[in-house]
Amino acid sequence: MSEVKIIPLAQLPIRSWGKVHSLLAKDDSRRRLMDLGLVPGTRVEAIRRSPLGDPTAYSIRGATIALRKEEAQKVLVIPTER
Amino acid sequence: MIKSSLPSKPKKILVDSDNSKAIEMRDAIVYNIYNTAEEIASKVVRKTESKDFSRKLDDILTSPLLGFPVMLLLLGVVFWITITGANYPSQVLATVLFWLEEQLSALALKAGAPAWLYGIIVEGMYRTLAWVVSVMLPPMAIFFPLFTLLENLGYLPRVAFNLDNLFKRAGTHGKQALTMSMGFGCNAAGVVACRIIDSPREKLIAILTNNFVPCNGRFPTLILLSSLFMGTITAGSYNSYSAAGMVVLMILIGITVTLIVSWLLSKTLLKGIPSSFTLELPPYRPPKTGEIIVRSLLDRTAFVLTRAIIVAAPTGFITWLCANIQIGDLSIIGHVSGFLDPFARAIGLDGVILMAFILGLPANEIVVPILIMSYLSAGAMLELDSLMAVKELFIEQHGWTALTALNTMLFSLLHFPCGTTLWTIAKETQSKKWAVLAFVIPTTIAIIVCFLVAQGARLLGIG
Amino acid sequence: MILVKNPVIALAGNPNTGKSTIFNALTGLKQHTGNWPGKTVLKAEGKFNYKGTTYTLIDLPGTYSLLANSLDEQIARDFICFESPDVTIIVADATCLERNLNLVLQVMEITSNAIVCLNLIDEAKRKRLEVNVEGLSQELGIPVIATSARNGEGIPELLEILHDVVNGKIVPQPRQVVYSKYIEDYISKLQPQLDKRLYGRLNSRWVALRIMEGNPKIIEAIQQYLGHSIQLPTLKEVII
Ligand SMILES: Nc1nc2c(ncn2[C@@H]2O[C@H](COP(=O)(O)OP(=O)(O)OP(=O)(O)O)[C@@H](O)[C@H]2O)c(=O)[nH]1
Ligand SMILES: [Mg+2]
Repeated sequence: MSEVKIIPLAQLPIRSWGKVHSLLAKDDSRRRLMDLGLVPGTRVEAIRRSPLGDPTAYSIRGATIALRKEEAQKVLVIPTER
Repeated sequence: MIKSSLPSKPKKILVDSDNSKAIEMRDAIVYNIYNTAEEIASKVVRKTESKDFSRKLDDILTSPLLGFPVMLLLLGVVFWITITGANYPSQVLATVLFWLEEQLSALALKAGAPAWLYGIIVEGMYRTLAWVVSVMLPPMAIFFPLFTLLENLGYLPRVAFNLDNLFKRAGTHGKQALTMSMGFGCNAAGVVACRIIDSPREKLIAILTNNFVPCNGRFPTLILLSSLFMGTITAGSYNSYSAAGMVVLMILIGITVTLIVSWLLSKTLLKGIPSSFTLELPPYRPPKTGEIIVRSLLDRTAFVLTRAIIVAAPTGFITWLCANIQIGDLSIIGHVSGFLDPFARAIGLDGVILMAFILGLPANEIVVPILIMSYLSAGAMLELDSLMAVKELFIEQHGWTALTALNTMLFSLLHFPCGTTLWTIAKETQSKKWAVLAFVIPTTIAIIVCFLVAQGARLLGIG
Repeated sequence: MILVKNPVIALAGNPNTGKSTIFNALTGLKQHTGNWPGKTVLKAEGKFNYKGTTYTLIDLPGTYSLLANSLDEQIARDFICFESPDVTIIVADATCLERNLNLVLQVMEITSNAIVCLNLIDEAKRKRLEVNVEGLSQELGIPVIATSARNGEGIPELLEILHDVVNGKIVPQPRQVVYSKYIEDYISKLQPQLDKRLYGRLNSRWVALRIMEGNPKIIEAIQQYLGHSIQLPTLKEVII
């Protein structure tokens, strides 16, 4: 098996894609992220950062959703091709 | 492909603590639902590649370089249109309504109505109503359609996206920017909108500070006063650009105070770290312009008129009584404003202005009308039939300076919320304590700010 | 067949999918609408007549799921789960169907009287998305109507279907999500226990799933709805 790189979503470079690996968030926060469509296997694109650097907008299952860095830190993704 | 990333059966489920077992199951349940959704969608949706218009627009509206300038510019343009657009209808309304007053007077004279009855009904109730309608209605009727257009376009979530980092640093929720936007319409509505914030701590902060965005009852006051202010410093030739700039400045001050107070609250009374924040940025949708304009015009007009009748008429009645009942050699208004005067002067206002704010507790719309009525009862001018005359009344007869106008604006921006909002806060928080705080905090801040500005200006020899 | 005299219809759905717009189209009222999630935070009620029946329509705040946290989402959840509306219209955004189906599938676990209103179909067209409405209806087992509520398109069809569901001419057969085997095993152990205690007041499969999730807030809400004379079984009780 080749090595898979796993990074927090917050570190996914803008205009690149990733696939959700797992969530580190707990309780309500975990629930909320999952309700937004962040479950293992979901493909995510980092679209842009706010003019003040945070939050970041992501494309998740057809919708654009802004997450603060603290939240995006709790989602692990595997960077992928488009 | 996707299935592989989640084991079909959780590891060591019965050995683990109850909680982690539940989490595994919770995840699996959500995961199964999404899988089903994916499977169905893949069968019934066919997608052809197309360009994303919203994303292009966001490249501008939320760009690091242009995001903030465009936000300010939009705000400025909205107020500029409001100010220039409201001018003419205001004049027309004033002319019509005061012509009607003359007819009423003539009628009363002919019917031989006693002076006090005529005073109460025409000079008290009718006039207050007329002022509310002619000064307050036109700016609202223009501002609202514009604001609703932006709201329906989908711009508000972008504002929240742009500003969120500031709110995060203040220890509050990013959706506070949205509840503040609702506060532009009405602070009571803004307070109810705070339900979208799920953390109780951040919801309370948003509720307690909502009042620092000027509601529709206050920004006509701000507009009127900014043109007054600009008029006094530019020697009479005010222009609508500078007045719009002044209103925008006031809103920026309001936002700054919101952030500072939120920060203070989250460091003291409502201690805590920001909870999770997620916000969907919907696609831009070209609004149905015609419908929005008609609807918000009709709804607003109806709303303001009803409110004017419910609140302005009785207040006009009371104010007239206070202006005309003499105790000793002074009217009640004279006594009250005289009593308030020293304190009011220290914060750059005068006794009558402060009294108008206090009497305006039921609704912010009536502050300026009360002010006008009280001044009229004390001054030499008896007829007031145009907006230009308001400026004359304030500046020439009652000694307003640029500082008075500025501090009245600041006080209006920062002071206690109206009665309806306080009541709503008590209801939403289910506690009188928070409603009391929602009164005390802004009022204290308004007094401190106005005091500092007034004393500062006097030290520097201006105002 | 529902056969109630004054049916109560709930409008559920993700935030910003056009629920209030549909509410306004049906009732002629003026609920505020706006292009951002969270515009509606209070439950609104309106009435309309169709073919001699008076319907009560409830506009609910938007919610991503039925396991929500904030007050507005709780209002929606409580109404859908515990007030048992006669029909629930789930308003879904045609431009991102997949994420909207998450809620559709959840609602279908609670009630079988559900209709999907596939709104914003004009926007989907503009984005060159094609949804097979007939196919979706077959997949879900419940009626699906494509609408463009803002332009009034599809509203007459929605009314007609609603009428048919209320009168029993159409009986929706909502497809149930099939969970991983071990979850289904637990469900089948819990369900008989629940059936004995719930007397049909709540869907036992749905309650079983909530017990397994063990979210205290939801359990509490269920317990509160049922009253304290009914004791919910715990997962442990059943497994061991
Ligand atoms: N193009 C288009 N826009 C629509 C349609 N239906 C609604 N909209 C717009 O979508 C936005 C959201 O509509 P609302 O009715 O407020 O949505 P909602 O579901 O009630 O939203 P929440 O109360 O926040 O959950 C508004 O700007 C509507 O004008 C439609 O069929 N087509
Ligand atoms: Mg709504």
